[in-house]
Amino acid sequence: MLKQNPYKGRLIVVEGIDGSGKSTQIDLLTKWLRKQGNSVYFSEWNSSELVKSTTRLGKSEKMFTPTSFSLLQSTDFAHRWENKILPMLKAGVIVLADRYSFTAFARDVARGVDPIWVRELYSFAVMPDLVLYFKVPLDVAVKRILSSRAKIKYYEAGMDLGLSDNKVTSFKMFQQLVIDQYDKMVDEFGFTVVDGSISVETQQKLVRAAVDKMLAGWEGLPVHRKSKPSSKSPVSAAGGHND
Amino acid sequence: MTDPKFYGAGFPYKKFKPKDMPGKLIVLEGTDGVGRSTQIKMLRHWLENEGFAVSDTGLKRSPLTQPGLDAAKMGNTLSPLTMSLFYATDFADRLENQIIPALEAGFIVLSDRYFYSTIARDVVRGADPEWVRKLYGFALKPDLVLLLKSDVQSLVKRLVTERGFDHWESGMDIRCADNLYDSFCIYQGELIRQFEGMTKEFNFVEVDATRSPLTVHDNLKRKIKSRVFKHS
Repeated sequence: MLKQNPYKGRLIVVEGIDGSGKSTQIDLLTKWLRKQGNSVYFSEWNSSELVKSTTRLGKSEKMFTPTSFSLLQSTDFAHRWENKILPMLKAGVIVLADRYSFTAFARDVARGVDPIWVRELYSFAVMPDLVLYFKVPLDVAVKRILSSRAKIKYYEAGMDLGLSDNKVTSFKMFQQLVIDQYDKMVDEFGFTVVDGSISVETQQKLVRAAVDKMLAGWEGLPVHRKSKPSSKSPVSAAGGHND
Repeated sequence: MTDPKFYGAGFPYKKFKPKDMPGKLIVLEGTDGVGRSTQIKMLRHWLENEGFAVSDTGLKRSPLTQPGLDAAKMGNTLSPLTMSLFYATDFADRLENQIIPALEAGFIVLSDRYFYSTIARDVVRGADPEWVRKLYGFALKPDLVLLLKSDVQSLVKRLVTERGFDHWESGMDIRCADNLYDSFCIYQGELIRQFEGMTKEFNFVEVDATRSPLTVHDNLKRKIKSRVFKHS
């Protein structure tokens, strides 16, 4: 239900539960791609100004139902899609997204909304050229989260589902439901699975190899260089493949 | 409501049983300035007089989304796509937190518009008609949808003596014309056409809204009696 990417740019997405290490990997990937001379745009699963006040209100007052939460997140994503991701793809840029519609498919379905309905909801967006799914055992992710964060929030822990009165227990149960949904999507959307429990460097090596393969033969928007106004500059080294 | 039915998947995390909603959901639809709120008020008095508990609800009244929607409209930051989704959020919140609880408690819910208005507005602004219909797959099917039918000239007549022309009601966000009056006529004409196209699909019962308010009221009452209370 996500149409193929018809634009000049390329879209790379990282997905996985909190604590899977995907943000570390996408950060390294972004820097590497830039260093190679590519135009890169990075986008996060964050609240935009458009829905920020509503999200804050809904969270603090615990007003969300699974459906209204899902719809508000899609509003936010649509805003980001139209104003950031889509223009960048049309311009021919490599767009790297830390979470994409699959986050909604995993979390919202774990909350009980209809899987087909939520996939239709996001059908205005395109299928990424590469989805890297960072898969870690629940215990590893939970340990990373609990040691790095002061407090898990109500919706993060899936407390709205009433799985357990204990926040940590609820968090674990909810994350497992999310993992189950991610696992189901591996074949459906052709995710490239990366083992998030091996060393950071090894993961990055695998990530770069997958990206190289996807970008082979592709020519995007050359990086704009301010210093050299000369018209007859040779084709830059950007995007040159050497495998 | 004998057996709650939804247009699509509904709310799968809530399991409704046949007799869970003893109330009735009656919707009044129609374009801007067609006299919906006047008619809702009259119907409410009538129904309460008959001994029913009545709850009324309208578009854009959810405590969750009202502040955010107002701010977004003020700043003109809503594209047609984000507007569709933001309004759907609002509708879902009202449906789950106001309308369904009232129906469960046995109220007659008089809804000033339903998602049909939103669909009409979205499609006029370029949304994919099929996509917006699927978006509202969580919506409950009403017991009765009454469409107040009018034409652009009658709407204009009412507006000039009442509240005047408004930016959104004139579709000025999509600039149907370079001035409020012409834009209003084009935009409302498009909306009326959208409602006509939905009449069969969603089982609208049409009532001529160009008649006097009292005549319209009598006609609405007659339709409600024959279609909603036929067994009681």
